Amino acid sequence: MSDTVPLLEAKHCSLRFGGLAALTDVSLQINDGELVGLIGPNGAGKTSLFNILTGVYKPTEGEIFFEGYPTKGLPPHRINNLGVARTFQNIRLFGSLNVRMNVRTSFIARLRNGVVHTVRRGRSFRLEEAEIQEEGRRLLAFFGLEEASHHPSRSLPYGDQRRLEIVRALATKPRLLLLDEPAAGMNPTEKEELKRLIGQIRAEFGTAILLVEHDMKVVMGICERLIVLDQGRVISEGTPVEVRADPKVIAAYLGESHD
Amino acid sequence: MFGTATPIFKNPRLGLAAGLAVAVLLQLCGGWIDPYTTQVIIFAAINVILAVSLNLVMGETGQFSLCHAAFMAVGAYSSAILTGKVLPSLLPHFSWTGISLASQLSFLPVLLIAGVIAALAGLIVGGPSLRLRGDYLAMVTLGFGEIIRVLLQNTNAVGGARGMEGILPATNLFWTVGAAVATLYTMIALVRSTYGRGFLAVRDDEIAAAAMGIDTTKFKVTAFVIGAFFAGVAGALYAHAVEFISPEGFNFLRSFEIIVMVILGGLGRPVAVAIAAILITLLNEWLRDFSQYRMVIYAIIIILFMILRPAERLAPLFHQLKSLLPGGRKTPVVP
Repeated sequence: MSDTVPLLEAKHCSLRFGGLAALTDVSLQINDGELVGLIGPNGAGKTSLFNILTGVYKPTEGEIFFEGYPTKGLPPHRINNLGVARTFQNIRLFGSLNVRMNVRTSFIARLRNGVVHTVRRGRSFRLEEAEIQEEGRRLLAFFGLEEASHHPSRSLPYGDQRRLEIVRALATKPRLLLLDEPAAGMNPTEKEELKRLIGQIRAEFGTAILLVEHDMKVVMGICERLIVLDQGRVISEGTPVEVRADPKVIAAYLGESHD
Repeated sequence: MFGTATPIFKNPRLGLAAGLAVAVLLQLCGGWIDPYTTQVIIFAAINVILAVSLNLVMGETGQFSLCHAAFMAVGAYSSAILTGKVLPSLLPHFSWTGISLASQLSFLPVLLIAGVIAALAGLIVGGPSLRLRGDYLAMVTLGFGEIIRVLLQNTNAVGGARGMEGILPATNLFWTVGAAVATLYTMIALVRSTYGRGFLAVRDDEIAAAAMGIDTTKFKVTAFVIGAFFAGVAGALYAHAVEFISPEGFNFLRSFEIIVMVILGGLGRPVAVAIAAILITLLNEWLRDFSQYRMVIYAIIIILFMILRPAERLAPLFHQLKSLLPGGRKTPVVP
């Protein structure tokens, strides 16, 4: 993999809000198909990093490349169209749409038929709607949400809402999926299921995943590589075993020892 | 809920055909309908167009717009100038009121041109201002509405504050009811599609919509332009129905009246908004008998409407009716 262009590359990225530095000189690489964990204590800048990678914020300094293509300054929908999808730490489903319509919104960017064809409801429109309906149904079935497809998204149990967010993100056909604390608020059974789900996504779709997670058990169990953020900087990087043994990581999580 | 709504018929075009047939029938039976009732039907249909088109912007895309009457004014003045000044000089021998098919149908291009000019106005206002949110967008649209009114008031070529009179009486039951049916069809067909869910997604959560690859600004501008188009058509129908227009007829209060219809319709379902528009039109007519107490009663009834929500209660009945038809599907019960 080293001789090819990395899927995602951030070079010396900083993000400042006035005097507050959310991220300082962060560089990272994610290769095709890789599962990378991003960990760090509260306020370390994990979500800020997600936000600059997905175009919600523009980094104050530094460059970001997706498949070699510079994405800094692009609006979020353009970055999604290039192949980066995400979920949110605080679930952001479309409340007035039911489960299957939530998934359908992910097909909008790739529609062949615009306003005029939609209103005319010709053959091409009907074919495309049928295709999308079938693809959405298959995705929901794959993640065990088909039964709920006509329910309002808000009526789903918490774990299913998180799962639906992942399905919706996957429906945009990303090369890279960013999961922001998918295990937050889940019980141990649901967490086990989530780990299985992430494995399934990789097996079925071959999507690279960047996973932000607080829960060490989830991250250590499945990630090939970890990146540790603390106070807006990358303090450690490597395999779970290496990272766990890194004194800087221990210090960041448990506090510095002064002997 | 909007999300669980099922298609009117397997093919909503059947609904359009049925509605247009009703419009033709109304026109053919026009001789038996007394002039006052005809007038009320025409106003109700124009209000349906205005409310249902504003609903796309406010109810479905969630953008607060206070200048719908200004787009109506653009359409009204465009068509009045077109039929009163431009076309007579271009086609001096053309008879507008003849019984030939050509003169019967000649109003259609006028309506479309009025709509397109209003849509262009919508693009000019919406393009830059829809990057703003909430209160700021409301202020810009309020400002635009006033600019249009003041411009018209100070342009002598269109009569200034005196307005334009002697506009060709081209509006009839067919054109108004037909246009209302076409507007309703367009809005229902648009929203009940993968594409149309984009409007609802933008309203529900702009950040999530953008993260799913939806160009939120483009959707907002599209809603605004389509809304302006139909407001322009409504304006043209209005001008050729009352035969007299003045800038004061398209002031902020007119915009507000349309907003009330959209809110009473529950901000979302086109059918409910259309019912609300009809109820408000009838209310306005009924209140003519109360002269000085009119606004007091109007306010009380609006408050009652807000509490009782008749339009939203009537719309589900409509949905149930559809599920009885072949091809209709029962909507799952939503808590």
